[in-house]
Amino acid sequence: MKILVCISHVPDTTSKINFSENNTVFDKTGVQFVINPNDEFGLTRAIWFKEKNNAVVHVINVGLSDTESTLRKALAIGADKAIRINHNPKDGHSVAKYISNYISNNSYDLIIAGRESIDYNGGMVPGMISAFTDINFIDKCIDLNISGDSVEASREIEGGKENISTKLPLIIGGQKGLVEESDLRIPNMRGIMMARKKELEVVEVNEDYQSTNSKSFEKPLPKGEVTLISADEIDKLIDLLHKEAKAI
Amino acid sequence: MDILIFAETDDKGNFKKDAFEIASYAYEISSQTGGSVRAICFNSKNPEKLSDYGVKKIINSENDELKNFDAGIYSDCISDVFKSENCSILVLSSSSNSKYIGGILSVKIDAGYVTNIISIPVKDNNLVVVRNTFTNKAFETVEITKSNSILAVSKNSFGLKENPTKTEISDFNFNISERRNKVSSIEKTSNKVTIADADIVVSGGRGLKGPENWHLIENLAEVLGAATACSKPVSDLGWRPHSEHVGQTGKPVSSNLYIAIGISGAIQHLAGVNSSKVKVVINTDPDAPFFKAADYGIVGDAFDVVPNLIDKLKEFKSVND
Ligand SMILES: Cc1cc2nc3c(=O)[nH]c(=O)nc-3n(C[C@H](O)[C@H](O)[C@H](O)COP(=O)(O)OP(=O)(O)OC[C@H]3O[C@@H](n4cnc5c(N)ncnc54)[C@H](O)[C@@H]3O)c2cc1C
Repeated sequence: MKILVCISHVPDTTSKINFSENNTVFDKTGVQFVINPNDEFGLTRAIWFKEKNNAVVHVINVGLSDTESTLRKALAIGADKAIRINHNPKDGHSVAKYISNYISNNSYDLIIAGRESIDYNGGMVPGMISAFTDINFIDKCIDLNISGDSVEASREIEGGKENISTKLPLIIGGQKGLVEESDLRIPNMRGIMMARKKELEVVEVNEDYQSTNSKSFEKPLPKGEVTLISADEIDKLIDLLHKEAKAI
Repeated sequence: MDILIFAETDDKGNFKKDAFEIASYAYEISSQTGGSVRAICFNSKNPEKLSDYGVKKIINSENDELKNFDAGIYSDCISDVFKSENCSILVLSSSSNSKYIGGILSVKIDAGYVTNIISIPVKDNNLVVVRNTFTNKAFETVEITKSNSILAVSKNSFGLKENPTKTEISDFNFNISERRNKVSSIEKTSNKVTIADADIVVSGGRGLKGPENWHLIENLAEVLGAATACSKPVSDLGWRPHSEHVGQTGKPVSSNLYIAIGISGAIQHLAGVNSSKVKVVINTDPDAPFFKAADYGIVGDAFDVVPNLIDKLKEFKSVND
């Protein structure tokens, strides 16, 4: 089984979000980058398939050379090969199209993407790849088991889960549940050393597939002060929620 | 510029509240740019309800094969209607199912697709919209450079606006393909309100000490008709199911009212719940970061404050409901 895991290189969850160049680009100064959390759950599941079923695991990112540190981390965790599409992505559509083109030239049985990235929160890449490549797709996948080309999976739905049978080739939008938080791996020294020797293929592209154009960013206005209510004046809280906030 | 909305129904065939919100939103676009609003829905029991929100034409397909959601089939049907009605804008909600099909649809109808939208589009050659990004830490202004657009509206960002309209209701003859993913079973965790649908969410953190104390959260939620949620460590510790984990790496919450009990307000937690309209915090520690993000706060022990709040709310409800 050949698995491709799509890796988004995103600011660490504690990052302060600032913009530069007249509020048109995200300011990376002082920001730590990590594997997108949803992708990390998927990558960890892929490594599990490697250890249990001898799967081969590739990781792919559309980005400039600064994302290689994140790809190397994925290699250190256990991926066999990394691919970087050398392009500064401007929207989810172009990311999905570049990855789909790569998939068409290098067939995979399973493609794992995160349900959403925590930076731009587009939540569109896995669905678009499934449509470009015409392969089966499960979004918000929280459990994934494979034997031969048969897949038993679960998807989170509002108020519960749906159990699904399908066939490879498949793409999923993954999240926590694929593995647990405690299953996530921190690269060890040996992994980091081995990662340096693993292949990192850089693919050059010329076409541009943008369908939306980011014009500017703005930060929310600072919030007003909290209204504090004493613990023995619960009636006052209810009154404020009813009359002032109109929330109950 | 005609607009199509995908109006989702629940298991019983009633529209979800999001359906009326995106209808209101689409009507607002049409009143600024001309064109009319059409809706597609599957097995709706009362499709005419959309006419209250400005929908001129409703395509309601009553078909058993469309009873259960399937991303491939639903997106085929929606794209067929979009094309045959000559629409150029498709409006979706931010529900799990709409998010599932949004990306697929954007390829099928060759549209620029934008999610988490919080503004009515402005037409300046192309459509320009504002969206939430960086998990509610920023807004982004985005231009769509294709002639077709899919606009996925962030829940509760526009609200409901009634615009009673004369409506035509019709059916559509779909060519339904075979399901690629077979649903073998559905497990509902409970019949309670879900976080995605709830107007009010009551959320508990590590400050509640253990799962045995969750009756406080559940009873408060029950009085308010609210959904229950929790912080990440609470679900990691197994006190509550993962499906209740909210925040940057869990579910997003954009309810009208969010009540955080025994939750410190870490940056990752706040990022996911900040787009809720009104936030209340109950915490023993006056320096807990949540007080900086909340509208109303009580510095106090949840074990005293919450039972009291439940009693007082019951009194309030008996008078006001
Ligand atoms: C990559 C990453 C992603 C993360 N994603 C998320 C996420 O999506 N969602 C999320 O929630 N967290 C997330 N976290 C975790 C986050 O950093 C915090 O650790 C977590 O939110 C804290 O949960 P808590 O507020 O329940 O617990 P604590 O921080 O332990 O806070 C408990 C609070 O309860 C109060 N308290 C104690 N006793 C009482 C009492 N009797 N009555 C009232 N109050 C009391 C305390 O004063 C304290 O403020 C993430 C962390 C990382 C590193």
